[in-house]
Amino acid sequence: MNGPHDLGGQMGFGPVSPETDEPYFHAEWEKRALGITLSCGAFGAWSIDESRHARECIPPANYLSASYYEIWIRALEVLLERHGFVTGSEIAEGHSKMQAAQPKRILTVDKVAAVLAKGGPCDRSVESAPLFSVGQRVRTINEHPAHHTRLPRYARDKVGMVEAVQGSFVFPDDNAHGKGENPQWVYTVVFDGQEIWGRGSEPGLTISVDAWESYLESV
Amino acid sequence: MEARVRALETVLTEKGLIDPAAIDAIVETYETKVGPRNGAQVVARAWVDADFADWLKRDATAAIASLGFTGRQGEHMRAVFNTGDTHNLVVCTLCSCYPWSVLGLPPVWYKAPAYRSRAVMDPRGVLAEFDVVLPETTKIRVWDSTAELRYLVIPQRPVGTDDMDVEQLMQLVTRDSMIGTGLALSPSARQK
Repeated sequence: MNGPHDLGGQMGFGPVSPETDEPYFHAEWEKRALGITLSCGAFGAWSIDESRHARECIPPANYLSASYYEIWIRALEVLLERHGFVTGSEIAEGHSKMQAAQPKRILTVDKVAAVLAKGGPCDRSVESAPLFSVGQRVRTINEHPAHHTRLPRYARDKVGMVEAVQGSFVFPDDNAHGKGENPQWVYTVVFDGQEIWGRGSEPGLTISVDAWESYLESV
Repeated sequence: MEARVRALETVLTEKGLIDPAAIDAIVETYETKVGPRNGAQVVARAWVDADFADWLKRDATAAIASLGFTGRQGEHMRAVFNTGDTHNLVVCTLCSCYPWSVLGLPPVWYKAPAYRSRAVMDPRGVLAEFDVVLPETTKIRVWDSTAELRYLVIPQRPVGTDDMDVEQLMQLVTRDSMIGTGLALSPSARQK
């Protein structure tokens, strides 16, 4: 979707502000936000794709004025309600009032180290051979779907070159919406800066995205 | 937000859905165990060991896992090498994808709109804000992390480091140099 998250090439956000010796957290609540989000992710009730989509569905004014962990929490509340774990009134009152759905897993302290070390690999085998090959010119699709997608707006309807076939991975556009993992080949596609940004592009600039096969057409 | 997060933790704890001690353990892991020193070790190893560097180029996931760095947001790794004429810069314009297993949790600026919007369009301007000024002849290659591959930039080895071992070289590898918003430190800069 063309949400507030799709920031590549937008203007007006000002300079980057690096912080000397930046701490990992700027408030205690950020630590809890990280831990709660990862704990709830371990339920197995939603995928990383669904959680990304929940974040990009936050209304633009809220998204752009929120700190990153605030974005996480706002999206987590939506996911927890959607999957029957809490209600809005429970969050508002700060107490449990009803039985929750039962998750597949609960992340207890003894399992933390193993779960974090394992992560969640999302490479999946596919039976078909890759449609595109290294060195081939391809065009990205010109599509503006209302659903989750990982093709940034600035890289749509652009001609680039397949630089690498990265393997086959879960397709986020479907997986975010409970339509299955439907894995596809993923390619690193590299574009000249001029193809993306036109005459004002910096000389010598190249930009690459990792594109699922259905984002691409042969030229 | 503080009250809102506390309320959420209370509700979930009362329901038995989360374990507050698990949250403590997650925070402790990312505050003390997983951080940029992991990545610095990968880079320093690549500088001294051509076979390891070659393995990193071919299969970064396996090469990095051989040093014990695996896990969340590092499941699928790719290493990109700076050269004399190309500088690599990593961004995630769509969210904040970042290789947690080798760099730890991302800094605020990496997740913020200013960096995500401009890194792809005005990388040289962004680098200047990090006090990195590259020769005009150096081409910039921006990698937008749009899939589940997480990128680690291997900066160029500073000159005058031929006698240094892995442990000493690691001290020259900054977090920013592994994102591409910095360069590895020279030995003299390190001594300052």
